[in-house]
Amino acid sequence: MATAAPAPKLNHIGLPLVEYRGGKSTLCAGCGHNAISERIIDAMFQMGVEPERVMKMSGIGCSSKSPAYFMSRSHSFNSVHGRMPSVSTGAILANHTMTTIGVSGDGDTASIGMGQFVHLLRRNLPMIYIIEDNGVYGLTKGQFSATADLGSKLKTGVINDLPAIDTCALAIQLGATFVGRSFSGDKKQLLSMLKAAIAHKGTVMLDVISPCVTFNDHEGSTKSYKFMQDNDEPINELDFVASFDDIEVDYASGEVYEVEMHDGSSLRLKKLHEDFDPTDKVKSVQTLMEAHANNEVLTGVFYIDTKKETFLDLLNIVDQPLGQLPESVVRPPKSALDGLMASLQ
Amino acid sequence: MATSNLALGETQSATTTRPRVINDFSINVATVNGSGSQSANSVLLKSIFGMGVPVSGKNLFPSNIAGLPTWYTIRASKDGYVARKRDAEVLVAINPETAKQDALALPAGGVAIYEENLNLKQYRDDAVFYPVPLDKITAAICPESKLRKLVKNMVYVGVTAQILGIDLAVVEQGLRRQFAKKVKVFELNFGAVKAGWDYAASTFTKQDPYFIERMDKTAGKIVIDGNAACGMGAVFAGVTVVAWYPITPSTSVVEATTDMLKKFRVTPDGKATFAVVQAEDELAAIGMVLGAGWAGARSMTATSGPGISLMAEFAGLGYYAEIPGVIFDVQRTGPSTGLPTRTSQADLLSVAFLSHGDTKHIVLLPGTVKECFEFGYSAFDLAERLQTPVFVLSDLDLGMNNWMSEPFDYPSKPLDRGKVLTAADLERLGSFARYKDVDGDGIGWRTLPGTMHPKAAYFTRGTGHNDAAGYSEKPEDYVEGMERLARKFDNARKLVPAPVIVSNGKSKIGILAYGTSDYAIRESLDEIKKQYGQEVDYMRIRAYPFAHEIHDFVASHERVYIVEQDRDAQLASLLKLDLPAEQVVKLRSILHFNGLPLDAETVTEEFAAREGHTAISSTHVEDVEVHEGAVAS
Repeated sequence: MATAAPAPKLNHIGLPLVEYRGGKSTLCAGCGHNAISERIIDAMFQMGVEPERVMKMSGIGCSSKSPAYFMSRSHSFNSVHGRMPSVSTGAILANHTMTTIGVSGDGDTASIGMGQFVHLLRRNLPMIYIIEDNGVYGLTKGQFSATADLGSKLKTGVINDLPAIDTCALAIQLGATFVGRSFSGDKKQLLSMLKAAIAHKGTVMLDVISPCVTFNDHEGSTKSYKFMQDNDEPINELDFVASFDDIEVDYASGEVYEVEMHDGSSLRLKKLHEDFDPTDKVKSVQTLMEAHANNEVLTGVFYIDTKKETFLDLLNIVDQPLGQLPESVVRPPKSALDGLMASLQ
Repeated sequence: MATSNLALGETQSATTTRPRVINDFSINVATVNGSGSQSANSVLLKSIFGMGVPVSGKNLFPSNIAGLPTWYTIRASKDGYVARKRDAEVLVAINPETAKQDALALPAGGVAIYEENLNLKQYRDDAVFYPVPLDKITAAICPESKLRKLVKNMVYVGVTAQILGIDLAVVEQGLRRQFAKKVKVFELNFGAVKAGWDYAASTFTKQDPYFIERMDKTAGKIVIDGNAACGMGAVFAGVTVVAWYPITPSTSVVEATTDMLKKFRVTPDGKATFAVVQAEDELAAIGMVLGAGWAGARSMTATSGPGISLMAEFAGLGYYAEIPGVIFDVQRTGPSTGLPTRTSQADLLSVAFLSHGDTKHIVLLPGTVKECFEFGYSAFDLAERLQTPVFVLSDLDLGMNNWMSEPFDYPSKPLDRGKVLTAADLERLGSFARYKDVDGDGIGWRTLPGTMHPKAAYFTRGTGHNDAAGYSEKPEDYVEGMERLARKFDNARKLVPAPVIVSNGKSKIGILAYGTSDYAIRESLDEIKKQYGQEVDYMRIRAYPFAHEIHDFVASHERVYIVEQDRDAQLASLLKLDLPAEQVVKLRSILHFNGLPLDAETVTEEFAAREGHTAISSTHVEDVEVHEGAVAS
């Protein structure tokens, strides 16, 4: 006699995890990007975000395919190479009430997309921007990208002789208000970071090291699983407490930065490095530069500012989505045209 | 109020036997870029308009902030011709650098009003000279030396108005309107006009035959530039997201749009119901437009040739993923940076097929400021109805110059937001397939992000897809999608603005053209009739894809001249792709591409030469510096 399957666990808006799933991944087995998709699913589920309230944006590349592999109930826009920021900007202006998550890669962001990337950061447009960072171009079979570290080696033996662009340092400098780095293999850290990202209002820039099992997971690569396991140096330990969670955690004062998020949640960052202050731009960038010099891969939340105005605040737009305003609001009346005509006579 | 004028009275007796030329000549004001002459020239133009005389103005300016020569020509035409004229009979010479060449370019018997120390008399003796101590007059009335450069411009307005017989009260009225809220500025400017006027009245005896006399041909008309008209169209289409990157000559489309949005689209509590973003480049501008169009907002950008090139990749995405958006292209002269401040029609082919792969676009072709307004709003309806980027192809001549027009009519139809399914629709239908041709018109139904239904979402992509928007590389899915897009495009022939038949059934010979070529062609048709006694039919094309009437027009004529402002006969080429082979052989091209707006003489001469009439002159391509042609009668 068959026993009834246990009822699936529901999140606080009454949806099971399966409602956050996407299509079957066509990426390589073991690709870091798949793990990131899984964490996005977990984070959205645990945060109780309605899938219909999410826009998934991407550019071109392996990373940019991944929105097809999570949250099928959300609208998605796979655009052109390096230009996800502008498409996202337009979509958010048309409907700023949505939660917007953009998935990009290191080539899509740090090479072809650099122009749009830096301007997105400047604007502090409310969205989550994830770089699935593996240091190589996968779909074109393994050329270096601009985040590949100096001296790292391709499978073919080619050595990278140009310095890496640190997208986190850039993001901090240019105006993103939540900047972190994680590793696709660090479930706990990445999940907490994504949940905090969902709660944040402003540009969240997460550089997630996501090894390419086919082209960049060998000895001599600085973006391999092995290298990350050996060199991942968390700068803080994240503990995210959602507004609807009823948990009290006590820390000795001085050990923890507690950040109150826009939605009433809190992000607690337990210090692992002395003197690291994630609200101090200058120090954060300095710490990142020092880590490069020491060949460390720092992870954690490097910078957070919950007070800075977003681009939407600067534009001072109405609360309703602009794309849904009725004709009576968007088309000026005949008297307006009559007035203009009179002024031109 | 009529101002009686003694000098003018004396003139008539002193004038030679030359007949008076009334309301039918051009004024060429030669100044230096950045000297603030634009507003003075605008006052002069509006004064002639205020006299009830049909008028047009063309600014011929360099790509420069300040210092290089610039010319502004004002044409008064009792017959209502507003095309550029090759010759300007009246010169206002302010720029020492070009004064000699400007004076030599005058037709015999022309008039030169100029700063007296330029001593233009030394160059020729077959013109009428009015030397004016502009600097001295200016210094006397404007103690503040910083302002003199600007005030001097108004002095030449006063001198010119007096010599041509423009009513001082009309000038005053125009100025008062221009500086409505700035009484002191008005007083300073009108003081300068008056000083110039008085100087001319007390010094000169009218010796030239050129007069502006009152008519009633401008009553109820407006004066506006095409860019402001395009912006106005967008505003009355309910445009909500504007993303742009500054580029001449399109910048003022967005500036005008933004001004109007600030006026009409702010809630009582000060919130904006629109967003204008100055993007980092044209790549981003078009990306924002498509993002906003995808998420349900009416969105636009405005650009020119170089921006169009940068938008190519996204234009293909918009076409293939079927996303609405409106792109105003105010054409300037290419290739590359080209002549950035000169007009052209050479973007037609690149816009029609903008992007790689089998891509083609809806292109609206306004020829008047009124059409800039009308196409400006209907472009948004078409973009959302057809779910595709729609281009509005204007040009520098139309966009940046002032044109007379009938006032614009308020749109008679409500906004057409196209096929969008709501949550209630989805509940009723159970599901939907984004690209399925359920209505047989090639247009699928779409949903907007934020539609609260579990079946609402779909995946938008530029990669191959099936009718359910799923990724597909299957040959049959690809072909089905591309054929549906072709059907949709073909159906658009009936939806885009129909061509204007200016004259038909009178001749075996026809002319086809679009945009600003219209003004020169209309004038040329009159010339051809007058000079050769020949009637020619003429149809003005207003959109691509071409309406069936255009095919019919070609079919019903023996020869059809395609008149256009580019080197490579782009409109003719586009027509050749569309017409049956036996019709293609009928097409002939008349081309003009020197950066200046097309003029009637060019059309007439070329037409006459090709048709075997005795040509009146062999000139075709002309230069800014060299003016050739007949003396005004």
